Amino acid sequence: MDFATFLIQLLNAVQYGLLLFLIAGGLTLILGIMGIINLAHGSFYMVGAYLAWSLSMHLGSLWLAIPAGIVLSVILGLLLEWLLIRRLYRLGHLQQVLLTYGLILIVEELRSIIWGDDVHGVPMPELLSASIPLTDTLAYPVYRLWISAVCVVFALLLYVLIQRTRLGMMIRAGASNREMVQSLGIDIDLLYRFVFALGVALAALAGMIAAPVSSVFPAMGNQVLIVCFAVVVIGGIGSVKGALVGALLIGLVDTFGKVTELPIGGLRFLPELAGMSVYLLMAVVLLWRPAGLFGKSS
Amino acid sequence: MSRSNTLAIAAVVILIALALLPFVAEKFTVQFATRILIMAIFAMSLNLLVGHAGLVSLGHAAYFGIAGYCLALSSPQYQAANFWTSLPLAMIAAGALALAIGALVLRTSGIYFIMATLAFAQMLHSLLHDTGIAGGSDGIFIYARPDIGFFGWRAFDLEKFGDFYFVVLALFVVVFGFIGVLRASLFGRVIAGIRVNEPRMRSLGFATFRYKLVCFVLAGMLAGLAGYLAAVQFGVVNPDMLGWHFSGAVLMMVILGGMGTLAGPVIGATAMLLLEIGFQSLPAVDGINPGKHWQLPMGIAIVLVALYLPNGLTGLLRRGRADE
Amino acid sequence: MNEAILRTRALSRHFGGLAAVSDVSLACEMGQVHAVIGPNGAGKSTLINVLSGDLPASAGQVLFDGRDITRLAAERISQLGIARSYQKTNLFLPFTAFENCRLAAQSRLSSSMHFVRPALGREDINAAAQRSLAQAGLAGRGDVIVCALSHGEQRQVEIAMALATRPRVLLLDEPLAGMGAEESSRIVELLRELARDHAILLVEHDMDAVFAVANTLTVMVNGRVLESGSPAQIRASRAVQEAYLGVDGA
Repeated sequence: MDFATFLIQLLNAVQYGLLLFLIAGGLTLILGIMGIINLAHGSFYMVGAYLAWSLSMHLGSLWLAIPAGIVLSVILGLLLEWLLIRRLYRLGHLQQVLLTYGLILIVEELRSIIWGDDVHGVPMPELLSASIPLTDTLAYPVYRLWISAVCVVFALLLYVLIQRTRLGMMIRAGASNREMVQSLGIDIDLLYRFVFALGVALAALAGMIAAPVSSVFPAMGNQVLIVCFAVVVIGGIGSVKGALVGALLIGLVDTFGKVTELPIGGLRFLPELAGMSVYLLMAVVLLWRPAGLFGKSS
Repeated sequence: MSRSNTLAIAAVVILIALALLPFVAEKFTVQFATRILIMAIFAMSLNLLVGHAGLVSLGHAAYFGIAGYCLALSSPQYQAANFWTSLPLAMIAAGALALAIGALVLRTSGIYFIMATLAFAQMLHSLLHDTGIAGGSDGIFIYARPDIGFFGWRAFDLEKFGDFYFVVLALFVVVFGFIGVLRASLFGRVIAGIRVNEPRMRSLGFATFRYKLVCFVLAGMLAGLAGYLAAVQFGVVNPDMLGWHFSGAVLMMVILGGMGTLAGPVIGATAMLLLEIGFQSLPAVDGINPGKHWQLPMGIAIVLVALYLPNGLTGLLRRGRADE
Repeated sequence: MNEAILRTRALSRHFGGLAAVSDVSLACEMGQVHAVIGPNGAGKSTLINVLSGDLPASAGQVLFDGRDITRLAAERISQLGIARSYQKTNLFLPFTAFENCRLAAQSRLSSSMHFVRPALGREDINAAAQRSLAQAGLAGRGDVIVCALSHGEQRQVEIAMALATRPRVLLLDEPLAGMGAEESSRIVELLRELARDHAILLVEHDMDAVFAVANTLTVMVNGRVLESGSPAQIRASRAVQEAYLGVDGA
């Protein structure tokens, strides 16, 4: 392929990867720090997208919808943790899988009741609706660059939070030793509540900023969930850095897999198999390096 | 009267009632009962893994679905397949898939095992959904139900809902009996030991990996049986039969009923399907149609079961008796 | 003088930078009790864990009947005829004492891949389980769920399970822990009796029992062998007395 097409695909891959990172980052924190498998995590992404659509209609623009949506999703996260999730800490993986599965059904039906089942488009803000021309015929949308930029900003904020603040230190400590953190006088329940709400908000934010390019449809949460698990597994459970690397890796494999037909050892790598390759990668990591790229080896 | 006598009598009574069903109930009820029996077989197969062996699989629908696809692919386009060849073929296909996947995923444990089973099932789902193989996302239709004739003698016609019900009932009884026998066998005791304390079993000299793998394959084959029957009943197979949503639903049945017991998965499947149809039948009020959103009360029910019924419905019954 | 049935050569086990077991060479002979003693943290339990295959060795060799078994998995080692008991309760807690032993006895079948006939129909396995329960002093307690047994009785189940696997070598990790005087002396008698047809490696803190029953003693400190020899030699050793200074000992 020529350079312009390659560049476009590369930018798409990075943007997809960064978006995945935003969602999977929360998932890996929840899994690594609180030990909870949250099957409903993809649903928060979907909720974010529908919030973006509905709020931008009522408030008039996406610029207003996003902050409002973030506030609402933080509240949602806090509420869910307090109501349901905190009861899962002492229960096993089986109960977690079951409860969060039930949660998916609840969230999806509530969305269906509140917002219906239709597919919607969300208009891009005017400021960002231009495209940067690359060749005579190809141009790259500014909005997609903006998505990547937002993700990078939040990745940095997350890094600063976790590595450079006291709160982050507590989060990291809470991951390895719950009792010790408690004995230091830190309220671990509040800490977990915060982490969960953070995860929900990040997923919802991803849904909000992605809405104009991916449109808003009912199955979007389920679609993204398993890919996010793949990211978490490849990157290593509990590692935000791993989630970033894993997400970008998957972004590249998925995007380039879909557009290339490379002859590998005599076989042609069909575009349709790109989706399967993500899970293949996930399975390979689980079997041969369960700790992932950056996870702690148990 | 001793407890096992009471249970045996209850089982016989229920069996007789089930056998009489097509003579007293209407078509819809019989078809619904057939669906429950098929799901009960599926739930029993997963219980073998989750309840008896302690292996939480979130990808069990893969074996259910692959058997259905096997039937669809081995059926001539508009003709009936041969029941006596297509069923074993489907079960062997499911078993072979379970062997291949089990050999890999059983090298992990805990959270990694759960996710590995999920990953492989998703791979298969993705393969069937995204590529053009086997009808893609639309799936394949099965236009004629398999011919259960034996060298020309046809005792049952699976196209008749009553006959199909009896065949399914018979297979259900066989599976129920098989699992009951399996639990008490030498193999079953090893599996129980592995669930309680696997390292100790290894330290006693048992090659636990082999036993887990055999259990995984048996569970896969029984799931395949259920998938085959479901494909026959609905006349269509599609990738969602292998999806994680479905794997989650059958896990719910197993936990709702009570893990590790013989009747648990059957009770769980029955309760879940009754709940589903109950929620779907809620009357419309003031223009609001709750039946359409039946997954909301279902989701709430699942959440409540996860929090408050760790031993499922059979656990409730046992607790009730202990209080007397 | 018998050739030692179980022997270690420079056996070591590291955890990262920590050497839990370092350069340990000892031998166990049939008909003899070899006791391993030492202060807490000396590496005694780790030693047994390496011998039984529960932990891999970092260096050195374990030889059984002259054969190198260092890399073998725990289940293979058990099948060769080396059984162990655990110091921390490691039983099948929801099962009865009988079922615990029955499983242990069942392990001696060439294969348990039998799917139809009831396990309890195997009278030979049932009898073996009852025998080992009786030998360990638990006749009549078989129907009790193990988690309802006293700590001392649980130690007895551990021994019964080890016996039910018909071993030649017994690795016993503090079998007397938490037992009263009467139970202890009964177990000591049992050990004396078992020693006749087995090789026993005994890790214990109860010095009376150790000196009553052991033919050879090895003293471990900080993962290394401090001294090894007859009971009289160890009792008289200045080095051992110094190592035990301030620690509950002989």
